[in-house]
Amino acid sequence: MIHVKNLTKRFGRILAVDNISFEVERGGVVGFLGPNGAGKTTTLRILTCYQPATSGSASIAGFDVFGDSMEVRRRVGYLPESVPLYPEMRVREYLHFRGKLRGLPFAERNDAIRRVVERCWLGEFIDRPIGQLSKGMKQRLGLADAIMHNPEVLVLDEPTIGLDPAQIRETRNLIKELGEDHTILLSSHILHEVEQTCPRTIIIAAGRIVASGSPQELRDQLSAKARVIAEMRGPTDEVEKNARLLDGVRNIEVASSDGWVRLAIEPKPDHDIREDVFRLSASKGWSLRELKREGASLEDFFIQVTARQQDTQAR
Amino acid sequence: MRNIATMAQRELGAFFMSPIAYAVSAIFLFATGLAFGLGTFQNGAEASIRSLIEFWMMLILAFVLPMLTMRLMSEEFRSGTIEPLMTAPISEVEVVCGKFFGALVFYLILLALLLAYPIILSRFGTLDGLLLVCNFVGLLLLGALYISVGLFFSACTKHQIIAVLLSFVLLALMTFASQGLAQIIEGWPRAVLQHLSVRTHFFDFVRGMIDVNHVVFFITMTALFLFLTVKRVEMRRWQ
Repeated sequence: MIHVKNLTKRFGRILAVDNISFEVERGGVVGFLGPNGAGKTTTLRILTCYQPATSGSASIAGFDVFGDSMEVRRRVGYLPESVPLYPEMRVREYLHFRGKLRGLPFAERNDAIRRVVERCWLGEFIDRPIGQLSKGMKQRLGLADAIMHNPEVLVLDEPTIGLDPAQIRETRNLIKELGEDHTILLSSHILHEVEQTCPRTIIIAAGRIVASGSPQELRDQLSAKARVIAEMRGPTDEVEKNARLLDGVRNIEVASSDGWVRLAIEPKPDHDIREDVFRLSASKGWSLRELKREGASLEDFFIQVTARQQDTQAR
Repeated sequence: MRNIATMAQRELGAFFMSPIAYAVSAIFLFATGLAFGLGTFQNGAEASIRSLIEFWMMLILAFVLPMLTMRLMSEEFRSGTIEPLMTAPISEVEVVCGKFFGALVFYLILLALLLAYPIILSRFGTLDGLLLVCNFVGLLLLGALYISVGLFFSACTKHQIIAVLLSFVLLALMTFASQGLAQIIEGWPRAVLQHLSVRTHFFDFVRGMIDVNHVVFFITMTALFLFLTVKRVEMRRWQ
């Protein structure tokens, strides 16, 4: 449904999106996760034909976002990050205006408005001027506008930002529901949110894709690389020498205090060495007081990625 | 075409919801009323709106129309509504034309209010219908040009005040200064300035003549500024 190939976007000397490629199948919700300034919004703006890419190509439903821009726009519903709206218009007026731009004739437009107003709980606000709406209501109106022409693809930029917890839950449920018959690409800088709503996640940092897959796959990829921490009581040199002999060990950092030796073992890919460490301590009679895998959570990984991006930006 | 109508309708609606548009209309009516009252509506004066049309209207419109058009594009850029707009299936040309026609219709409403003056004068003399038609055709073309200039500067900046000032300066130059400048410059720039003088082109309409030359001048100049506006809006995408 969405094909992105070698997409690059520069703003002057700043490289916002750096040669990214990904694909999204029809149906399903894909999360676009990354720290602020990672290039999420820029990528979404290219996909929705708001800005052209510097190089590379992107297509939605088989139409190129640059060459067949109008066809793409007809098939995409877009919720921009800050949900800009005309404050002087009333909700109903605005939806009619947007419906007309999408080429919906009067009767169809009325039906569509009734449908989205119900779906996005806008009923009581339909005759209010937009300027009087709260942030959450504006967000819902933006979402109503994005889905009113029943687009094949929905692009949502930070759909829950600025909402209160109850509204966040409602919006998430709505997105899940919409995911049943639309292809959705949503961006967020909140890991938790993407984990909850998106079966597939693309993590982007400093304009590049750093990981992609389901939350479970990502976790597996990460845990395969995670270090193992072990603490046992024994002679430091002896412990280190024996530990290095274990199969699947790539590197070890050793620290000792009070007779306890702390090993931070970096395993080779796809080796789980925790059992071997236990056998070693048991066979030598060194008592073991800690054995764990470090940094296997997506959270830690995401924080690492974010920190790395901040480093590169600082430099 | 349908998109242009949709856009024009939205802009016209926005004028009626905006306090600025009412304030501007009030200024327009007050200024024209003042010019009419002090310049024409006096004992022994000629029962004609000529002095109003000949000079004051150009000055008033050069000041008032940029205030009407200032928010047309700049507000879209400032508030970010340009983003949902340009990701809907509507082209830059349609957006610009829609906004232009929305403002033009609002201006036509202001012009219609101006008909009060010839109606008042008709009590003191015979109304020259054809002259009046010429005057209003001229005012329509003049206003269209001024709106397109205002729209262009509105697309150049996020700040409405800057848009007003730049439009006013250019309109004042085109309307009043180019003739004066032409007299102190020699050679081809003089011809250019003379040709660009809006006041000269407008003058035949004041006298009751519709010359195709002048009509073409106003229409091409308006089209030129609309074209520049479209290019300016397209440029935003590359920044």
